[in-house]
Amino acid sequence: MVPFAGWSMPLHYGSQIAEHHAVRQGVGMFDVSHMRVIDVAGAGANDFLRTVFAGDVASLARGRALYGVLLNENAGIIDDAIVYRTDDGFRVVANAGTSERVRSWLVRHASDETLLHPRQDLAMLAVQGPKAIDCFREATGLDASALPRFAFAWHEERMVARTGYTGEDGVEAIVPAEEAASLWRRLTEAGATPAGLGARDTLRLEAGLNLHGHDMDESTPPTAVGLGWTVAWGEDDAPVRRFIGRDALERQRRPEQVLRGVVLEGRGVMREGFAVATERGEGVVTSGIFSPTLGYSIALARLPRGSKGACSVQIRSRSVPGRIVRPPFLRSNE
Amino acid sequence: MSETPEELHYASSHEWARLEEDGTVTVGITDHAQDALGDIVYVELPDEEQQVEAGAEAGVVESVKAASDIYAPVTGVVIAANEVLEDAPERVNEDPYGDGWFFRIQPDDPGELEDLLDAAAYDEMCSEEE
Repeated sequence: MVPFAGWSMPLHYGSQIAEHHAVRQGVGMFDVSHMRVIDVAGAGANDFLRTVFAGDVASLARGRALYGVLLNENAGIIDDAIVYRTDDGFRVVANAGTSERVRSWLVRHASDETLLHPRQDLAMLAVQGPKAIDCFREATGLDASALPRFAFAWHEERMVARTGYTGEDGVEAIVPAEEAASLWRRLTEAGATPAGLGARDTLRLEAGLNLHGHDMDESTPPTAVGLGWTVAWGEDDAPVRRFIGRDALERQRRPEQVLRGVVLEGRGVMREGFAVATERGEGVVTSGIFSPTLGYSIALARLPRGSKGACSVQIRSRSVPGRIVRPPFLRSNE
Repeated sequence: MSETPEELHYASSHEWARLEEDGTVTVGITDHAQDALGDIVYVELPDEEQQVEAGAEAGVVESVKAASDIYAPVTGVVIAANEVLEDAPERVNEDPYGDGWFFRIQPDDPGELEDLLDAAAYDEMCSEEE
């Protein structure tokens, strides 16, 4: 067990690598109840989210979800989050590590007509892998196979979304906290392998997904970390949507440093903070692991714009050859 | 509870050392160490004929969590390195006192082994760390 954003969480339940393979090849599950769930309702909810979220929720249909970022005035990323369009408003699921910052940010920008409801009464389980949908159906009787990616459905007060953080198919279920233990048990009986934070990190990195606080933070605009696509600038003929950070981001559409993947061609493991030398200059590893699926070390790294081809990574006293790639490192099974 | 064989000598940096019948010393990392490191993915071993000093760095072990230096428990010359670990580093997790050994030293002074901890003292140190 390790401390994580005020929670005590399992790094693994036995073997991190075995848990990783279970998700890639079968089905694994994660207790992600540390994720922050905030419901947003009221007459001002739509305008509020169109202001604090760089993606545009206006075009989001009920039962659909959108991944994106919350920016500060300098266009730095306060957090990344998924926004779900519910029947009477929205549900925002944000990271645990930034939860206090996100909460106070949202409170500060909410109008009198916006109701923020942090949900401490819910638990969240992620069931992920090529067999996740079958396993979830067997455990709960709920069939998510007809849900498109980034869609969700309600089953009474339980929310089942076709989302995840592993690059695999699967669902994330947000349920009343008192039901979590029995749901976990039923999923175990249906064949899901419990997986910890360690496997969650190696899975998301193979899939090329950023982790806030490592690959991005309040000093990086989304355009510098491969998330420019999540920003909705709007059509040329539409009124300009004044989301927070927009003006600063306009000036940072082509930042000097960008996030790229690095594949290690020699032996060793890249770790956060290691220096990367490229033809265009120095960069730094923001997340690095030994990839259980690929059998070598992969990393996300902040590198000079335009870097490509060969590079070398300083691993303690050795300089090890690597190659710059565009994430994801792994094609998903979907 | 991790295993700590009685007949071995232990360094406070979590290596074990075993005096072989031919007077050489085999070195590995303890069961406690492999368990704390988690799945091991890469091992960097010293070269054969490399001179190593007691307490000085002689290799690196990388797990899914972190990289850790391996220190030579006695001074001497490396006469063998366990090349199996290059392709199968998980042997360290599976069998830390057997197939998962790291390297073998021809010691200058086998008496240096007496400077190391015995099993009881090593166990006590580990329980204090926790």
